[in-house]
Order: sequence, then structure tokens, then C-alpha cells
Amino acid sequence: MRIRPDYENTAWRKFERFVNGEPSYEIDERDKLETEMEIASTEDRERNEKIEEVLMDAEDIKSERHRKEIAALYHKYQNWPETKGLKIFQRGYRILAVVFCMAIISVLLYTVVYLPEFGNPNNPANSNEVVTTYIEEGMEATGAVNIVTGVILDYRAFDTLGESHVLFIAACCVLILLRIDKGKSGKLSKANQDEQDSDSKYEPKNDKILQKVSFLLVPPIIIYGIYVILNGHLSPGGGFSGGAIIGAGLILYLNAFGFEKTEKFFTYKTFSAVSFGSLIFYACAKSYSFFTGANHLNSHIPLGTPGDIISAGLILPLNIAVGLVVACTMYGFYALFRKGGM
Amino acid sequence: MGFFELILLTFLVVCAVAASLNKNLLTSIVIFMSYSVIMSIIWIILESPDLAITEAAVGAGVTSVLFFVALKKIHAMKEENDDEN
Repeated sequence: MRIRPDYENTAWRKFERFVNGEPSYEIDERDKLETEMEIASTEDRERNEKIEEVLMDAEDIKSERHRKEIAALYHKYQNWPETKGLKIFQRGYRILAVVFCMAIISVLLYTVVYLPEFGNPNNPANSNEVVTTYIEEGMEATGAVNIVTGVILDYRAFDTLGESHVLFIAACCVLILLRIDKGKSGKLSKANQDEQDSDSKYEPKNDKILQKVSFLLVPPIIIYGIYVILNGHLSPGGGFSGGAIIGAGLILYLNAFGFEKTEKFFTYKTFSAVSFGSLIFYACAKSYSFFTGANHLNSHIPLGTPGDIISAGLILPLNIAVGLVVACTMYGFYALFRKGGM
Repeated sequence: MGFFELILLTFLVVCAVAASLNKNLLTSIVIFMSYSVIMSIIWIILESPDLAITEAAVGAGVTSVLFFVALKKIHAMKEENDDEN
């Protein structure tokens, strides 16, 4: 279809526009309006952007100032805990410690004034019913000449069972904390290997003085420990003291001759077997008297004549059990601390 | 209370204070050992030889040795060796 060049301005076209509801202004006018509108809108946009920029700048300045204030505050108090705070804390700590000590000392001294005179036979502790019974009838009831052992391993045997278990649990905790584990490949990790090497480097392998002295001293020490354990119901001593003596002797032997010698007779297996067996034996032996009514006089174990080595019923075997546990624990502590194993 | 016991008790207090105030850990442990020995003698004077044996074996013997090993493990005795060499 051929369209006249001035078709837009013809009457027909005007009428058509009127019918279709199109805007009736001339095309030039429209263009002009459109350009005006565009200009206006760009102006508007620019103005809006400017306003936004100004607003943003204001915001920025505000936040910047805020940050600077915080930084200044932080800078001011950054070293406070290390310098002034520490000083205040130390001074307060010292003053509080002195005050606390003084308070405890004064309370204790105030109590000491009211204590009965030392060594007076009329003291309440000496005229106590329980004490008198223990002293007067202890030997007959338990068969032990040493009243202390009689009380520890007969009247109060349950307490001693708990004490040996405390030792065993302590050894287990040290084992958990200090044991150096072999990895999955069965070899020690490098750090642990270095640790062991550095430890064995310090070990006095050929210390002549230590070796000679311990060669002379260790057998008497261990024999004395055995004597203390076996004579626990006759003379001062008992399972715990004797076990500690034997453990000290073993530690001396280990220090003089190194781990190679001790590992021949004392390994982790020995430790677990001996302590476990002793504790089980103690528990069984004591539960015998508990299950038979907890009255030691009626248990069918002969007490023997007081003063003999084999007397006093269960006290001697119990002493041996406690001594074994204590000796193993003492030696195990030392070996674990030194090497991280036994 | 006799003269001997007074001396022992004074030593006990001096050892206790010195062990806590000493800066050198090794010296502290040695003082602690002497404290245990004095304490065991006092136990004998107080007529409880059972405790005396235990105190001498555990307090002066095993505990101190364990302290020494712990010090060596945390390398607190290294400076001493350097000074000696």
C-alpha cells in the first residue's frame, strides 16, 4: 500500500485518530513533548541521584565517625587488662590472700585454745567407749597384736577395700592420660618416638655409683618391705607402708639399671594381673565375712595364737593383697610418668 | 614438750613456708622432702610408727620422685643443666 508522505496530517487520518482514541496532537508536537519528558526525567533522575549521594555521604560520615569513636575507645582500653587491670588484680589478689590467711589462722588459733591438753589421760578422746573397746578387746576379737592393723583390716576392712580401689583407679587415670599409644600400623608416631628417645638419652645407663649403691640397697629395701607387710599384724606397718617401700625399691632399681632389666619381670601384663587379682581376692575374702553376718567372731577362720606370724585370720592375706596393689601402683606411676608405658 | 620436739616443730614450719615461697621448683621439692622426713620423726614421737613408715616411704620417697619426673617432663630442670654446663 502506498502511503502519502503527509498522510499523518490528512483529514482522514485525523478522523481515524479521533475514532481510535489516539492522541490528536501533531507528530512534531509529540516528539517535542517526548524529548521534553525525557529531559525532565533525566533531570529528575540526576537530581534524585544527587540527593541520594548527599544522603549516602551523610550516612558515611556518620558511620565513619562512629567507627573512629569505637576505635579510639578500643585503643584506649586495649591494653587495659594487661597493664592497669593486671596491676589492680594482682594487688587485690595479694590483699585478699593475706586477709584470707589471717582469717583462717585466727580461727584455727581460736579453736586451739579450747583443745584439751596434749597427753592428758582424762581427755575425752581417751575415755571414749569405742576406743576403750578397741584397745581392750581388739586383740581377742581380731587376733592382731598391732591394734592399728586390726582396726584397718578387720573392723574397718571395707574402708581399706575402698582405699585400694582408689589407688587402682588413680593408676588407671594416669594410664589413660600418660600412656603413649602405638598407632594403627603398630609403630609409634614420630613425636612419641622422639619423646621416648630423649627420655632414654637422659637415663643413667652406666652410672657406676648409682648401680653399685642400688646393687647393695635394693635387696634390703625390698626384704624390709616384705617384712613390714608380713609382720603387719604384729609390729607397726602393714600393707600400705610395706607396698610403698617395695615400690620405692623398685623405682630405685629401675633408675639404676634402666627399663630393659625391669621389663624382664614387670610388664603391663604383670601389673594388670597382680593388681586385679589382689583386688578380687580382697573383695572375695572380705565379702565372705560380710555374707556370714559381718560378725568376725563367728567366721570359721581360726585366729591362731596372737603373736605368731600365721595368725589373726584373714589379716595376713589381706595385708599381702594391699601391699601388692600399692607396690604395683607406685611402680606403675613412675614407669608411666617416665616412659608412658610399662 | 621437750627441746627436741620444739626444734622439730620449728623446722617443720620453716620448711613449709620455704617450700611455698621458693622460686626454684627443684629446691622446693627438696625442701618438701625434708618436710616429710621431719614429719615422719614427729609421727614417731607422737607414738604412731605406722604413719611414720608410710610418711617416710610415700612422702619423702615416691612423691618426690614423681615430682622430679614431672619437672623433667615439662622441661623445668633444663636451665639447671645449662647452668652447670
